[in-house]
Amino acid sequence: MTGPSDLSSSYDLVVIGGGPAGLAAAALAARAGVSTVLFDENPGIGGQIYRGITSTPIKNRAVLGEDYWAGASLAAEAKASGAQIVTGATVWSLDPSRQVGVSIGGEARMIQAHRVIIATGSLERPFPIPGWTLPGVMTAGAAQTALKAHGLVPEGRVLLAGSGPLLWLLAAQLLRAGTTIETILDTTPRSNWLRALPHLADFLLSPYWSKGLALLREVRAKVPVIPVQRLSAHGEGKLQHVEYQSAGKDYRRQADMLFLHQGVVPNVNLANAAGVAHRWSERQLCFEPVLDVDSGSSVSGISVAGDGAGIAGGTAAVERGRIAAIAAVRAVKPSASVPDPQSVRQRLQREELGRGFLDALYRPADMFRLPEGETIVCRCEEVMAQQIHDMAAKGCEGPNQMKAFLRCGMGPCQGRLCGLTVTELIANERHTRPADVGYYRLRPPVKPITLAELASLPISEAERKAVER
Amino acid sequence: MFKRLGETASIVTIEVDGKTVRARTGDTVAAAMLAGGIDHCRTTPVSGAPRAPYCLMGVCFECLVIIDGIGSRQGCLIPVRDGMRVETQQGKREAGR
Amino acid sequence: MAASDYDVAIVGGGLVGVATAWGLAREGCRVALLDEGDRAVRASRGNFALVWVQSKGLGLAAYAGWTVRSSNAWTGFAATLKEETGLDVCFQRPGGFHLALSERELEARANILNRLHNQPGIVDYKTEILDHSQVAKMLPDIGREVVGASYCPLDGHVNSLRLFRTLHTAIHTRGVKYLPSHRVESIVREGGEFRLGTTQGEVRAGRVALAAGNANMQLAPMVGLEAPMKPERGQIVVTERLRPFLHYPVVTLRQTDEGTVMIGDSKEESIDPAGLTLGVSATEAERAVRQFPLLANVNVVRTWSAIRVMTQDGFPIYDESETHPGAFVLCCHSGVTLAANHALTVAPMIARGALDKTLVAPFSARRFHVQEAG
Ligand SMILES: Cc1cc2nc3c(=O)[nH]c(=O)nc-3n(C[C@H](O)[C@H](O)[C@H](O)COP(=O)(O)OP(=O)(O)OC[C@H]3O[C@@H](n4cnc5c(N)ncnc54)[C@H](O)[C@@H]3O)c2cc1C
Ligand code: FES
Repeated sequence: MTGPSDLSSSYDLVVIGGGPAGLAAAALAARAGVSTVLFDENPGIGGQIYRGITSTPIKNRAVLGEDYWAGASLAAEAKASGAQIVTGATVWSLDPSRQVGVSIGGEARMIQAHRVIIATGSLERPFPIPGWTLPGVMTAGAAQTALKAHGLVPEGRVLLAGSGPLLWLLAAQLLRAGTTIETILDTTPRSNWLRALPHLADFLLSPYWSKGLALLREVRAKVPVIPVQRLSAHGEGKLQHVEYQSAGKDYRRQADMLFLHQGVVPNVNLANAAGVAHRWSERQLCFEPVLDVDSGSSVSGISVAGDGAGIAGGTAAVERGRIAAIAAVRAVKPSASVPDPQSVRQRLQREELGRGFLDALYRPADMFRLPEGETIVCRCEEVMAQQIHDMAAKGCEGPNQMKAFLRCGMGPCQGRLCGLTVTELIANERHTRPADVGYYRLRPPVKPITLAELASLPISEAERKAVER
Repeated sequence: MFKRLGETASIVTIEVDGKTVRARTGDTVAAAMLAGGIDHCRTTPVSGAPRAPYCLMGVCFECLVIIDGIGSRQGCLIPVRDGMRVETQQGKREAGR
Repeated sequence: MAASDYDVAIVGGGLVGVATAWGLAREGCRVALLDEGDRAVRASRGNFALVWVQSKGLGLAAYAGWTVRSSNAWTGFAATLKEETGLDVCFQRPGGFHLALSERELEARANILNRLHNQPGIVDYKTEILDHSQVAKMLPDIGREVVGASYCPLDGHVNSLRLFRTLHTAIHTRGVKYLPSHRVESIVREGGEFRLGTTQGEVRAGRVALAAGNANMQLAPMVGLEAPMKPERGQIVVTERLRPFLHYPVVTLRQTDEGTVMIGDSKEESIDPAGLTLGVSATEAERAVRQFPLLANVNVVRTWSAIRVMTQDGFPIYDESETHPGAFVLCCHSGVTLAANHALTVAPMIARGALDKTLVAPFSARRFHVQEAG
């Protein structure tokens, strides 16, 4: 295990995140002779898509599918590239001068980077239904991680609910692992098909469609799929049953495990705290960083690659990581030979072809993004939807003032699980667009560190004088 | 809850609230708890409601537990070690542990 | 809005503005509260929430008296707010500490307090210097490095974010028109009323009160007033929620009713609210761990920096315009401590149309010229 003392005080390139984008970026840069370190807070590399790729206990390759195993060569390449790869390393701070604050095994260090590639990926869009905080309710991504990294499958009465390609993939993987899924509650609005149709031609040219179709067939052959317009989870202390509405009728169903999913959104926390400009994407209903063709952000020397730069999927993330790495290599070592970015961009374009169709088809319904009444919005501080409606109605215009009033976004997750909901609720109440409402302003540490770790950082005389009087 | 797909060779034991739980080397604390049938890992500091791991990817902070006497550790990011002592965290954390 | 719709327009929706708005509404005035948008520089969202008396007023004795007055009014102020809104701002006045980590720091403390209390005309109240063992009786978790402290029984604290929310709720109920994203860019007096040009059109009112924090510097001259400011950045570190362990506020460290511990009180001459100097947070953390070693393993969940509203000499400014009758300016650093005064004392003066000289004459900005002449 690499400890804090094994790190240099500066690197040409610091890559944050060890998913496909980060691995590809680190490998390309290190091979070009650029001193590179990659940090990932998980115990292993691979990111969400290739979680557990170097350590999974799953031996039967069919369970996770060949797309998963493609990650093995990516991981191997990164390891062989000469990049220093540090897992269990949480980056909690990044500033515009590219000082990187990282914490490893309870010890914090500051590292100076010449260039930074943020490859922190995405997280699942909040799914704030009544009861989503009950034990027994988890994200679909969590079930997938349990399977990939730990060889764990859910047991008892298992339900999946939501919308989007990942939900179907999880269903297929669980079925192949022998799990019985009682039902899939499909929250995709029917009207989405109409919106998606104009993108169909592109989709048919993309690699997604044949795979997607096969997946749907595989799952539908074994599990009943029920379209639902309302959904809630119930139980005393843990999930016991689920209620839903389908075709105007109400149903109730016993359940032990409910896995929720309605797409993924960029994990913007670190980039936001570093001062990177973001904009609202109406197509994907989330904030994404504003980037140039080389993935460079508004902060000089910091680029964002992979799903953190806007959702485009794992294979696209590889190409986006390479594009960012090529720019980094050119900046720090112009003499090094790198692939032609134009050809990488072309590959990327092919990967992105099907996106428009998927975004339109799996655009989550308002019903599941704009909660009401006592439904919890901020899980950490237990702030309810009604409170947000009320404060917005009194003139609270944005998430930062809302945070001051209600504490939403102030807990340890720092708004990751409520930020988009709060922005959208305010926009809805005030009849304006999320773009005009904006997002939480975040500051380091973007992940909690201990007071002792913070105390251990270098302190200048002037900084000490600002406090001691 | 969760079950293991097959028996694994490499087993460690940890203690959760005094109870012995068998885990696989490479499990995170949260995974070991889920596989061990422990239905919640903390109660919230706000209302005292029970919570269990939600995302298993380090973003939700629902998996906070006390590990070897230190509170508010993110169970889904920390690998198990043989002999580790884990406690569910009740409400607000106590300063000093 | 029609011309005569408001008796008073208040510029600035921070703690000073909103407390004054509430006070004016209680006096029966029709009030508009003009504010900036969501990302405004708002000290009211970044303050330390102390209702603090000790060591206030060195250099201007009247400030000590003004502060004690507000501190004494706070219990009633909090109770009234609770009656009106059902929200408890958790005001407590158990007495507060200023901890010293070296003999030199303790001596400096004693020295300041001596000079403060020896000023002519100073209000009489108690502050004491305590040694380690005396402090440890009330704060059992202090570290060995704490050599002593100054203690004042009048010091207290509130939940200042809840105070901010409570006041906003209360003005809403009392019919104050809150106008966010109405940044005021010009003010003219015409036909016996004030016309405020904002980013969203004109607002007219019979009187105007400037409570725009450091922005008063630009706004005051528009109505024949002045507000010389010297903004200063403060950084605060906040921990996760902990079980109660600290029952008295310390000037640099307090546990809120929610359980979080706030650590702060840095001063830097930066006016970049987005910036954060990690070394400053580190110093705050390092001192906090020396003061309370049991905090070492506790998680920091947030930090923030905010710009203090600071006049050039650090004391409040309350003034009324001679050239533009009906225009007032209010600036102060300690908007939490003084909230009770703003709501219960200053607002009624504005409602009557004139400041009460016996109370606030020492806080006129004219003092800056007196000093220049001398
Ligand atoms: C780090 C720190 C610690 C503090 N600790 C304490 C403490 O322990 N105890 C205490 O009593 N006080 C404390 N304070 C001070 C307290 O927070 C402030 O006194 C109080 O918030 C000041 O209120 P204000 O309304 O003057 O300014 P702000 O709260 O800054 O509000 C000014 C408002 O005016 C608006 N505005 C500005 N220009 C315009 C314009 N042209 N048009 C319309 N609107 C405008 C702004 O958007 C803002 O809403 C602290 C402050 C800081 C920064
Ligand atoms: S389960 Fe979400 S952070 Fe650990």
